[in-house]
Amino acid sequence: MKRRPVFLITMLCFGFAFFYIPILSMIVYSFNGSRLVTVWGGFSTKWYASLFSNRQVLNAAVLSIEIALLSATFATILGTMAGVALARFKRFRGRTLFSGLVTAPLVMPEVITGIASLMLFILMAEYIGWPATRGFTTVTLAHITFCMVFVTTIVHSRLVEADEAIEEAAMDLGSRPWQVMKDITLPVISPAILSGWLLAFTISLDDVVITNFTTGPGTTTLPILIWSKVKLGVTPDINALATITVVIVGLGVFVAGVILNRAEKRRERDMHMAYQANQ
Amino acid sequence: MTRAAFFPRLRHWFNRRGWIKITIATPYVWLALFFLLPFAIVIAMSFATRTPTAPPFSFGGEHPLMNTAHFARLFSDDLYIRAYLNSIGNATVATLLCLLIGYPMALGLTRVSRSWRNVLLMLVILPFWTSFLLRVYAWMGLMGTNSWFNKLLTEAYNFVMPADMALRYIPMMNTGFAVVLVTVYSYLPFMILPLYANLEKLDLSLNEAAMDLGSRPFQVFRDVTLPLSVPGIIAGSLLVFIPASGELIIPSLVGSSSRPMIGRVISDEFASARDWPMASAVAVALLLLLVGPLMAYSYYEGKSHEKPTAGGGN
Repeated sequence: MKRRPVFLITMLCFGFAFFYIPILSMIVYSFNGSRLVTVWGGFSTKWYASLFSNRQVLNAAVLSIEIALLSATFATILGTMAGVALARFKRFRGRTLFSGLVTAPLVMPEVITGIASLMLFILMAEYIGWPATRGFTTVTLAHITFCMVFVTTIVHSRLVEADEAIEEAAMDLGSRPWQVMKDITLPVISPAILSGWLLAFTISLDDVVITNFTTGPGTTTLPILIWSKVKLGVTPDINALATITVVIVGLGVFVAGVILNRAEKRRERDMHMAYQANQ
Repeated sequence: MTRAAFFPRLRHWFNRRGWIKITIATPYVWLALFFLLPFAIVIAMSFATRTPTAPPFSFGGEHPLMNTAHFARLFSDDLYIRAYLNSIGNATVATLLCLLIGYPMALGLTRVSRSWRNVLLMLVILPFWTSFLLRVYAWMGLMGTNSWFNKLLTEAYNFVMPADMALRYIPMMNTGFAVVLVTVYSYLPFMILPLYANLEKLDLSLNEAAMDLGSRPFQVFRDVTLPLSVPGIIAGSLLVFIPASGELIIPSLVGSSSRPMIGRVISDEFASARDWPMASAVAVALLLLLVGPLMAYSYYEGKSHEKPTAGGGN
């Protein structure tokens, strides 16, 4: 007996309407000709023009991207190491504390992480003199720290799912553990490492609260700039900025999804062919 | 040992044991330095005394090392108690609403065809990848007194209600309602994804067996699906409740300034009042309130770190 789950489908429709109506409304109003953000004054792209001629916005965007590239890369290296350590080294001293340390930042209220990091940086500047001022360095250090645990989560769950039999086979054939890690494990989890990097990049690019605490004068990232503008109310050029962000992110997620999907399929096909060849 | 033999020996060490030690130690030391140490500082700071120096604290004075005055103030000052009650109440209501909306959505996702499922999952994740700030901002546009959304709601309200209770617009911005609404909107994917991960793994033949034995669909849900999805419910609820209770952006953009929220209190004590010890004490008290939920979360996460089949999931 197969029945259409009418109630569930209805809830899905309502849920997606709830998700997307605010975003669609924002996109539509970014083409509003009127200065008043709530009254429709005809189609216009002038807010995009004013956005692209705004040096402040462009500088903030470039700074945000620089910080995000740097912190995503370091977060991926550190996060992958932590994921490998948790998934493959079953016992080492302090393992319990370590697994607590990689889960706590995921759910910690950002305000607490923010003031905690800020106090650390102020005390570091006071007592060891580095980093001397707050700005690019401190923001990047804080971003690496809270982005790396997201990479760890992704890499770890991929490693737990991955078949350890191949690694064991390589060991039986005389490979050293390091060779196995380098030649088998890391290539197998490379899609997970890539999606970890992407997640770290977007989280860093998006962060307001922790950046707000750890940044200093002269280092204004894009979210901090938007935050200070939005506090004063709704403005049409932020609608334009939001639309650009949504389009870029949407395309990015779509392209990454397609690439990852293809890589996964190719890997599966290669493994299948290798298996067939050995029969 | 000659100098020439040093690098081969280093490489030998790296290949045998060294790489394992480096893999564990590097992230460990990093997290200890930039995550654990800051927390130790916050806890120590909550027992310090405020001074007008820079940095503005000292551990000397009348109560060396253990100044508990700030914790006493938490209970005597009405502001802090109201802030905790508002924040926890807000996070609780938002979590329940996320569960009420997110559960049927997650269950619905497991019931649609495979190709639809991938598209819909992508659509759940997509808002999560766009800027958090801009998602809050989108609602600011919708809730304003002159927006099409507010006008639509006002029309609907005036249509239903008697004429003498008619409104010109519905006041939504800067209310507790706005904070709950935007919190639900922002955190809903965090509820749906762990629930979906949990529900997807359930064996549908159990449902069929229950149906064959004469259960009605709702009974099957109540007696089979719901009990089996408890780990997903717990993981999703914690992922919403814990960050929502310390939320700073949403209350300061759409909330009312007369309803203090704990995230803002911490931030204001720190930045405006420059009272580090008090800000730390408020933060420590919030952590103590959250310690139960946090432990529960790491317990479930820890279990999933041990074996892949355990609940939770991200």
